[in-house]
Amino acid sequence: MDFKKAALIIFASVLFAVTSLHAQTKHKAKAPVKHTTVGLKASIAAGQKVFTQYCVSCHQADALGVPHMNPPLVKTTYVLGDKTRLIKIILNGFNEDVEINGETYSNSMASHDFLKDQEIADVLTFVRNSFGNKASAITAAQVKTVRAANKKS
Amino acid sequence: MKNRKLLSVLLPVAAMVGFILFNACKSGESSNNNKDSVATADGGAGLKLPAGFNAAVIADKLGGTREIAVTPQGDIYVKLNRPKNGKGILFLHQEGDKATVKTGFGTFGGTGVYVKNGYLYASSDEEVFRYKLNTQNEVINPDKPEKIVTGLLSRREHEAKAITLDNDGNLYVNIGAYSNACQVEDRKKGSPGQKGCPILDSAGGIWQFKADKLNQHYGDGVRYATGLRNVVGFDWNQQNNQLFVMQHGRDQLHDLFPDMFTTKQSAILPAECMYALKKGDNAGWPYMYYDQEQHKKILMPEYGGDGKKEGGQDAIDPVAAFPGHLAPNGLLFYTGNQFPEKYKNGAFIAFHGSWNRAPEPQAGYFVVFQPFKDGKPSGEWEVFADGFAGTASQTASGRAEHRPCGLAQGPDGSLYVTDDNQGTIYKITYKK
Repeated sequence: MDFKKAALIIFASVLFAVTSLHAQTKHKAKAPVKHTTVGLKASIAAGQKVFTQYCVSCHQADALGVPHMNPPLVKTTYVLGDKTRLIKIILNGFNEDVEINGETYSNSMASHDFLKDQEIADVLTFVRNSFGNKASAITAAQVKTVRAANKKS
Repeated sequence: MKNRKLLSVLLPVAAMVGFILFNACKSGESSNNNKDSVATADGGAGLKLPAGFNAAVIADKLGGTREIAVTPQGDIYVKLNRPKNGKGILFLHQEGDKATVKTGFGTFGGTGVYVKNGYLYASSDEEVFRYKLNTQNEVINPDKPEKIVTGLLSRREHEAKAITLDNDGNLYVNIGAYSNACQVEDRKKGSPGQKGCPILDSAGGIWQFKADKLNQHYGDGVRYATGLRNVVGFDWNQQNNQLFVMQHGRDQLHDLFPDMFTTKQSAILPAECMYALKKGDNAGWPYMYYDQEQHKKILMPEYGGDGKKEGGQDAIDPVAAFPGHLAPNGLLFYTGNQFPEKYKNGAFIAFHGSWNRAPEPQAGYFVVFQPFKDGKPSGEWEVFADGFAGTASQTASGRAEHRPCGLAQGPDGSLYVTDDNQGTIYKITYKK
């Protein structure tokens, strides 16, 4: 069996389900940044590639993390909440013990400031709209703004 | 909401199909090594063991049970990674196939626990304590331990301070490196390895202290062996009178060097190595890693390696090598008489199981037996106890139900295994 192909098909269908469902409910959500369905889909698809390259080995394919070590990206305000804080985690890394839903996580995350603004926007949009998460998209412009302010401080 | 419901049904289904496919294509790396063992399902504990062995769950839901010590009376001390109800060490008494918590003490979390010469030794992530025992090996004054070692570095990565003792009054403490490969910026793609890795001055090795001297700091100890990224499972080999350790090898070869290593290579490399140490040895981290496929010490890519160039010319060779990322957390030389002859003086290794293999399937979550002859590994290792994780998909996804961690031998030669995920203690016995 061609595993890679099969996995890709499954992933694509999940993605399709997620994005099409998202599209159906989109107009009900109060997204501060207007995003076309096509644009969102493209961003999520691009973000999935970034996730596979840079995030999956620690946060895992289901984004549920590793107990005591790498925090989950599901059902946490770190992901679903303040966008600036989230973008800063990618830019600066994360080097503090964190408690999420009663569990502590201690591994350090490296700075991923080498990623382009668009890559950071895509991967965060992907994570915020996958694994059962549902939150507004993050744009490259937002990343750019946070990065500029981040450098000054 | 309707859509949410549909989504919540769709996602797990898709995930399940994914895991099934993962398993269908999974390499048989562990099963290949299991060919000597006749797998039998035992009653109750749900473990797969060689014929004649039985496993019983003697206690469960204890907390994050790390290392374990069994006294000559058959009582159990187990260390919790975090205190539960304010107690970091549990004392259990066995009756039949059950062990009951009699008392808890020690307000600190941690990993190490060891009974020797009338004392219980236990470690937090920064300190080592000891408690005087009575003739029944019960702690006399649980509220007043003596502090043996203090002020050890704990920087949230590889912070567990595993402990063991020799027969000459020495205590050995692992001080894991707070780093993956001593990069200038830990785990950052493109960040180079630091020349003359400064971490090695105070971590990334095994330190030797006096077992009966109070309040020792770094300056009172000896850096017994260096170049060890992180060790949790180690044991004193009574045949050789020598320290054997299991190193946790580096992570993320593919993440950091995608041009040199595929995700498949990164899943199995580098080896989790067993080293037989002598005082002053250097095992080579962070300048090299051991490739169990090439049987070579390879220059670390952060230090100019390319996956082929050899390195670690001044580093000792491992005495045994296991597949990558399986996380050996327990090592025990079996000296009992209950198990068949082939197990005598051989090594049991508890593999906590991988996480750094994603997106490839995870593996481990088993106890391995490495045969020994004349104090050296001899012959292929084999999976001794498997099934801790639950189903094959739970193994592949890393969502293991139980994760083997600590090992101990009872006075009757039974083998004890802890699981720090659900706080289970297993007792493995043999009957002809």
